[in-house]
Amino acid sequence: MIVELGHFALVLAFAVAIVQAVVPLIGAHYRWSSWMAVGGPAATLQFALISLSFAALTYAFVVSDFSLRLVVMNSHTAKPMLYKVSGVWGNHEGSLLLWVLILALFGACAAWFGGNLPPTLRARVLSVQALIGVAFLAFLLFTSNPFLRLAVPPMNGDDLNPLLQDPGLAFHPPFLYLGYVGLSMAFSFAVAALIEGRVDAAWARWVRPWTLAAWIFLTIGIALGSWWAYYELGWGGFWFWDPVENASFMPWLIAAALLHSAIVVEKRESLKSWTILLAILAFGFSLIGTFIVRSGVITSVHAFANDPARGVFILMILGVFMGGALLLFALRAHTMEAKGIFGMVSRESALVANNLLLAVSAFVVFIGTIWPLIAELLWDRKLSVGAPFFNAAFTPFMIGLAILLPLGAILPWKRASVARGMAPLWPALILSVALGALVFALQTGRSAVGPVGVMLGLWVVLGAMIDLYTRTGRGGISARLDRLARLPRADWGKFTAHSGLGITVFAVAAMHAWAFEDIRVVQIGETYPLQNYEVTLVSVNEVQGPNYTSEMAEMLLTKNGEKVATLYPEKRIYPVQAMPTTEAAIDGGFTRDVYLVIGDPQAGGGFAVRGYVKPFAGWIWGGSIIMALGGFLSLTDRRYRIAAGARRAATPVPAE
Amino acid sequence: MRKILIVFLLLASPAFAVQPDEILPDPVLESRARDISQGLRCLVCRNENIDDSHADLARDLRLLVRERLVAGDSDVQTVDYIVARYGEYVLLDPTTRGANMLLWWAGPLTLLIGGAAAFAYLRRRKSAPEAPSEALSAEEAAKLAEILKR
Repeated sequence: MIVELGHFALVLAFAVAIVQAVVPLIGAHYRWSSWMAVGGPAATLQFALISLSFAALTYAFVVSDFSLRLVVMNSHTAKPMLYKVSGVWGNHEGSLLLWVLILALFGACAAWFGGNLPPTLRARVLSVQALIGVAFLAFLLFTSNPFLRLAVPPMNGDDLNPLLQDPGLAFHPPFLYLGYVGLSMAFSFAVAALIEGRVDAAWARWVRPWTLAAWIFLTIGIALGSWWAYYELGWGGFWFWDPVENASFMPWLIAAALLHSAIVVEKRESLKSWTILLAILAFGFSLIGTFIVRSGVITSVHAFANDPARGVFILMILGVFMGGALLLFALRAHTMEAKGIFGMVSRESALVANNLLLAVSAFVVFIGTIWPLIAELLWDRKLSVGAPFFNAAFTPFMIGLAILLPLGAILPWKRASVARGMAPLWPALILSVALGALVFALQTGRSAVGPVGVMLGLWVVLGAMIDLYTRTGRGGISARLDRLARLPRADWGKFTAHSGLGITVFAVAAMHAWAFEDIRVVQIGETYPLQNYEVTLVSVNEVQGPNYTSEMAEMLLTKNGEKVATLYPEKRIYPVQAMPTTEAAIDGGFTRDVYLVIGDPQAGGGFAVRGYVKPFAGWIWGGSIIMALGGFLSLTDRRYRIAAGARRAATPVPAE
Repeated sequence: MRKILIVFLLLASPAFAVQPDEILPDPVLESRARDISQGLRCLVCRNENIDDSHADLARDLRLLVRERLVAGDSDVQTVDYIVARYGEYVLLDPTTRGANMLLWWAGPLTLLIGGAAAFAYLRRRKSAPEAPSEALSAEEAAKLAEILKR
């Protein structure tokens, strides 16, 4: 009964979305305020209905209702409650329902907090948002219905893929979708502005927080996914340039470009058409990502069920939305005339350079991801594009970005000079180069990646610090420190996010350059050296988990005979899916992780054991979280909180 | 979903990638073998190199790589040997042969074109006639005051 209610609510939401897509749009065209006013309540209703539907599906998973096909395929009574719930989105249909739920949530937010928008813009935004909703609800209902019943329910389910039964991965998809789908807001605003024929600072001030929020979620989602890969897949890799990872990385890069270019629109009323284009492309890459993950056209480690019919449907959605938006862009972009004037060397130019590097790097990732497809279609060549390509083709852009960042960030708007911009930065540059050179000298004969990473990371972090400090103006140190605390949150956000980037750049380079690996057969009771540590395999025991059995090793980690930690790496077998997983044991430290994996018993006795010392591993995700935190600080800046109220007094409805 | 599970099962049988018994006694040869295997694709997996893969076929390929290296082949010869048998698909690092030049040049070329377009745009912005300006916002006024003070 509850399941049918959920199904019914979903169909109803589809109908509401159609109304929401059509009525406000017509209303906005003819200035009929009653028609425009339909958008708000419709968005709320659509969100309420999809929430109901999602709750019904969650209920079915929680009570293990095996008359539902989806529950049978992805759940099991013995599964822990957390994974019963996360099983809702651990599959194609359920995750798509979550996708649509978040889409409706963003639409509803635009309705709830958009009271200060010009009514026509608000109506059009809600309408475009609903249009996306219509497309995806149709996709959900007609090709991937989660509410299909089985005539003869089985006694128990097939269980969830054990790799997905992990806290890191339980929360990875919701964050990722909040990011992906959040970019739909930027898209809706861009398309609404194109229909409206007007882009101004107020528009940018509206779009930026949404993009920023989406980018924050995307950052967290990607970091969670990469962290999961690190500890779960059993060899400590954290990024594989897999098509699905690229699918989330491309929108991230474009969103990063967008939130920088939106600053230029907001402060200087330039780069308008470019910003609109980025807003369209950012969501376009989200859709491409959805296509890659769900169509199975490109093989990847963690793709969902693949079904050509679904692929075609998503391709159609992609074609209609991107084609329509880009056509609209081609017709209307010339109306977005820029106002600001600025010199060759200025903050504006620096942000153009930032956008160029980010956009081109996203393009490199894109072409690398789809190249196997193109090569097969056009030249009938079956080939692969993997990590070596991306490392070689993508990294230079990030290096360029890191080199330019501190100088670009410190330049004033309009007109600047490189010499004056560099003046406070020289100590940072000298220190970073010196430290990089020192590291290079200390590690003779190894790759240059490490020293370069040290240099760039330090340069970016120190640059961010100096930039923040120069914002405090002139005067004595105590007065400046006093002012430091009262700087706008946007300045603190910029400092934090840029520092986070520097930390991540350094950590990724350190991981590439200095990771230590050891593979060997170890007898029980044997002690062996692992870089600066000693490891003892104390015992291996059988352990029974809730829905798995496990071979758990007890391993003692010591340094110069003193105990550091006891680690319990596991090899689990999930009987329902007959699938083994490795659970690495990690002793996380500030400057290094010690990472141990237990393998199979060997013919001659003993166990295969892998040990790693991963330098600064935690800094990769730490840096990402700091980046996200910076975004959050920026999001809480005063101008977003009060500017909204200030504009409420102004008379809206600009003449077209 | 079933299909994926089967693939997972295939690749999941042994516990992990490089096994202790595969490792060559000569550390130089072994590190060359590791480097080579990181650039070769496991053909039955979805998107993994043979160095990370658990599949039996990946193990066979790893052993083959080591066999060739022990026999005295250079890195290039070893890779060519594998490509001759398994096709271009096995290479994770795409060649620069034929149309692949486009792939490799896509980034630099786009940067060049984009850079030229951006440069042209910046030049225009520098000399554009002053657009009818609106009143300064409080923020801009503050900035102006700061600039004038210098």
